[in-house]
Amino acid sequence: MTTENFKEYITRVLPAAIFDESGEWLNVLIDPKDWKSLAQQLRDSEFDFNYLFCLTCIDWKTHLTMVYHLSSTGHRQTIVIKANLDRANPEIETVSGIWRTAEFHEREVYELFGVKFLNHPDLRRLILTDDFEGYPLRKDFEDPVNMIKL
Amino acid sequence: MYTETQIIKSGAPASIAGALDGTGELVINVGPQHPATHGVLHLVITLNGETIRKIEPHLGYIHRSIEKMCESLSYRQFIYVTSRMDYLSSHINNHACALTVEKGLQLEIPPRAQVIRVLMDELTRVASHELWWGAMAMDLGAFTPFFYAFRERETITDIMEETCGARLTMNYICPGGVNYDIHPNFQRRVKDFIQLFKSKIHEYDELVTGNIIFQNRMKGVGTLSREDAISFGCTGPVARGSGVSSDIRKLFPYEIYDKLNFEEITETAGDSFARYMVRIREMHQSISIIEQLIDNIPEGDFQAKTKAVLKLPKGEFYSRVETARGELGVYIVSEGGTTPYRIKFRSPGFSNLSALDHMARGSKLGDLVAMMGTLDLVIPDIDR
Repeated sequence: MTTENFKEYITRVLPAAIFDESGEWLNVLIDPKDWKSLAQQLRDSEFDFNYLFCLTCIDWKTHLTMVYHLSSTGHRQTIVIKANLDRANPEIETVSGIWRTAEFHEREVYELFGVKFLNHPDLRRLILTDDFEGYPLRKDFEDPVNMIKL
Repeated sequence: MYTETQIIKSGAPASIAGALDGTGELVINVGPQHPATHGVLHLVITLNGETIRKIEPHLGYIHRSIEKMCESLSYRQFIYVTSRMDYLSSHINNHACALTVEKGLQLEIPPRAQVIRVLMDELTRVASHELWWGAMAMDLGAFTPFFYAFRERETITDIMEETCGARLTMNYICPGGVNYDIHPNFQRRVKDFIQLFKSKIHEYDELVTGNIIFQNRMKGVGTLSREDAISFGCTGPVARGSGVSSDIRKLFPYEIYDKLNFEEITETAGDSFARYMVRIREMHQSISIIEQLIDNIPEGDFQAKTKAVLKLPKGEFYSRVETARGELGVYIVSEGGTTPYRIKFRSPGFSNLSALDHMARGSKLGDLVAMMGTLDLVIPDIDR
């Protein structure tokens, strides 16, 4: 896999995708609607991205960004897929059926950021208690009881 | 309080009466206070007789939200918190953070510091595997190996104490190099340790590895296929026991690992015994790395010159290292300030634990301890 033919492939299936090569790896910003079908293709096509090694979210105060770090145990190249979500009602399709590690990581993002993963098999809290209010890793979260700000 | 009991009840009607006559399912709790979980891990296990139907881990009993804390700590300060994640590989955690900050600052590290860092990492790996070996044998019902393991591990802890001033949370590696130079006794004591280790390691094999009771309890237990190991994001000895090449030191070498002569250990069976053998063989490799370096520590500075206040440029930085448990990734999103805007620790234990449910389904409750033992779970690493 070369970066060039990978970009060509992405532009063919998702003309609206935005590329960013300023960092260490190729970043692709996509529309959250396209994520599920793209994820399936990324794993099953010749690009063979079978290893999702990091799944997280960033709160930019105006919107949330999901970040997926993908790699392959075959060619060892890495790409980063990003999708911007609406902060008031963040929703994205789950990829836990494609990479099973996503099941736990998505549950973590769900409780810490409030992102709703559609069609997740078991979207429950993993770390926080059931009566916890708020999303701790969002930037506007203030906890008056437990000191988090140092 | 927990909803899964309701889910199980609504899915498959379970009653105590059904469980007693062997037709229904019974839900039991292991932990959060349980000697076999080595920390506060809570597993909700659905059983049919003695057979495990489902395991649901409940995490968070020591969740400190390190990621949130780091957002208000400077790039020099946040490293100290990370020693408290995987406390058995605190050097390696510090190392990962230092590497990420150095990547952002594009710092060159003096050769002496690089060698010291690798030496510390490998000593930590041996110490961590020693503790795992003792604790795992204890889980399986033998108490003696625990003392054997601690006899050697104690020597490493003493070496660390002398150089770093701490026995567990070392906080020794910092952006730019290491905090202070090694103690004058360091080389002599490490050589003594190598000698001690070599004279004792055969006891490990005689006591546990070759023991038929242990082999029967581990072989064929908790088998994880290669595809599942990749899909669950397993790394470290768990993935290598299933034949997945995943040693970051070989695949994406950092510091001087590309100049060193060592093997990546893989086994193909994918069961608990394979994971056990990977760790035992890895200890020998780490000792070999230490032997290659201990007489060749270059002279020079132990720290690069850095500014008092570190500022990372705007952007995203990711670096990964091989801890004793697998791949630790540190992802920093910087807005150009003195503190990270967002930081994410991709901890190996979190992903390895997610495979537990899959590998335990259909096996006996008694075997769960062997599986958890060879996953080498460290709970603060999972909870963060």
